[in-house]
Formats: sequence, C-alpha cells, structure tokens
Amino acid sequence: MIKVNGVEVDIAGKTVTEYLATTNYDPKRIAVERNGDIVFKSQYDVTVLEEGDSLEIVSFVGGG
Amino acid sequence: MIPEKKEWMDALIARHGLEIHNRFSSATVVSCGLGGLGSNIAIALARVGIGKLVLIDFDKVDITNLHRQQYKASQIGQYKTDALAESLSEIAPYAEIKTVTARLSEDNLTTFLKDADVICEAFDDAEAKAMLVNGVLEQLPGSYLVAASGMAGMDTPNTIKTRNIGKRFYLCGDEVSDVADTIGLVAPRVMLCAAHQAQTVLRILAGDYEV
Repeated sequence: MIKVNGVEVDIAGKTVTEYLATTNYDPKRIAVERNGDIVFKSQYDVTVLEEGDSLEIVSFVGGG
Repeated sequence: MIPEKKEWMDALIARHGLEIHNRFSSATVVSCGLGGLGSNIAIALARVGIGKLVLIDFDKVDITNLHRQQYKASQIGQYKTDALAESLSEIAPYAEIKTVTARLSEDNLTTFLKDADVICEAFDDAEAKAMLVNGVLEQLPGSYLVAASGMAGMDTPNTIKTRNIGKRFYLCGDEVSDVADTIGLVAPRVMLCAAHQAQTVLRILAGDYEV
C-alpha cells in the first residue's frame, strides 16, 4: 500500500503519471513529494511507487 | 526624526534578544509576489528586523489591489516593487531592500533566489504557485520554502493553518478556498495567511522547524 495524503491506496508498481491519470488533479497545479523529497516534474513518468511509500500531493488553489 | 542605526538595532535586540536578532538581521528572505500575501509578509519581516528583503513582482499597483494589499492611493500606477520599497524604507529604514521587477519563471528563478535563506511563495495564480514550488524544490535544495494556498473568501479564519510538507517545504492556508469559487480575497483572511507565512519564516530562522 502507498499512503497518499495520509490515505492508504493500492497503487504500488504504478508510476506517478499513471496514478495521477486516475485522479482529478490538474498536473499544472500540483507538487508531489515522495517520502519527504520533491518528485521532479520530469521524473513523473519514470518514478515507480514502491510498497510503503508516502506520497504528498499538494494541489494549489488561486489567490494571494 | 529617524533614530540612528545603533539606537534602532538596540531597540530590536531589547525585544528579541541578541541571538535571535543576529539570526534575523543576517538573513535574506525573498517574497515572490507582492500582492495581498507578499506586501503583508514583507512589512512584517521588515518590522522584525530581517536584514535583507528581496521583493519580486512584475506588476503595478492598481485600484483593485487597495482593498487588501499594503499600498496607498498615492502609489497607484507605480511598480509594486518600487511602492513597497518606498513604504518599507519609512517603516524600517535600516532593512536592506532589493527589488526585482520581473516575472519569475522556471528558467530565471535560480538567478534571483539563489542567495535566499527562506523563499516565500506569494503569487496569486495557482499554476504560478505550482511552478515556483516545483522550481525551488528542484533547483534550490538548500533553501527553505514557505508557500500559500487557500485564503480567499469569507470563511472562518480558524481554518488557515501551516503544515510542514517536505523537509524544507511549508504550506500555509486552508488549501481549498479558491479565489474563483468565492467572493474573492478579503483583507483580514489574506493577512492571516501572510502572517502564518511570516511567522513560519521567523521560526525557521530561529531554528524552530516544527509547525
């Protein structure tokens, strides 16, 4: 299982891109941290999620 | 009559203690964006005695900004960088202020942000926020980043909070109140989020990394 924003999800083996495609996140508005480190945008396609990973997806909203 | 620098610094030391004062006065903090968030962040940090503030924004002061941003009617039409630098020089005459009147992008952010101890993301646009956060975390692994998301509307002030997301990444706001879904930004709630950011900057500089 992978923890995504604190919730356990069964997505081990998927890439970040593959997982994001199953969600409503707008890729232009997000930052993804994996186990406390940023996942480079250029690495979404090749970063494979491993059992026990913790993923934090921040989705920005407008205003400031 | 503006006090001499020594008298000014002694007053800050009397408030904060020498150790904290030295941390603040030797720090460089950047505000990326000088709207409702950035103008409030910069004023708070200048008052506290941050040594060097870098103010970055490409825009000019507009009448539609004055309901929440720290500008004056007489400053309409000026670049926000120039207007805020002018106000800060009156509020905190011994803070070093650097202005960058430019639009930050993935390609130029390192140039402007590389010397910062802490970077504040204070943009308005969600895609610009994401660009900056990804850019800083990818390209500047030595800097701390304090970003903001979700502070629009008339909702309760009590949902504005600060989270530590990555090792050097803090996020302030309620994370959901999009300006597009609300009546827009209102001064106190934006100030509240800016205050979260400014206080988080100070805690980082003081060595308190917990939220």
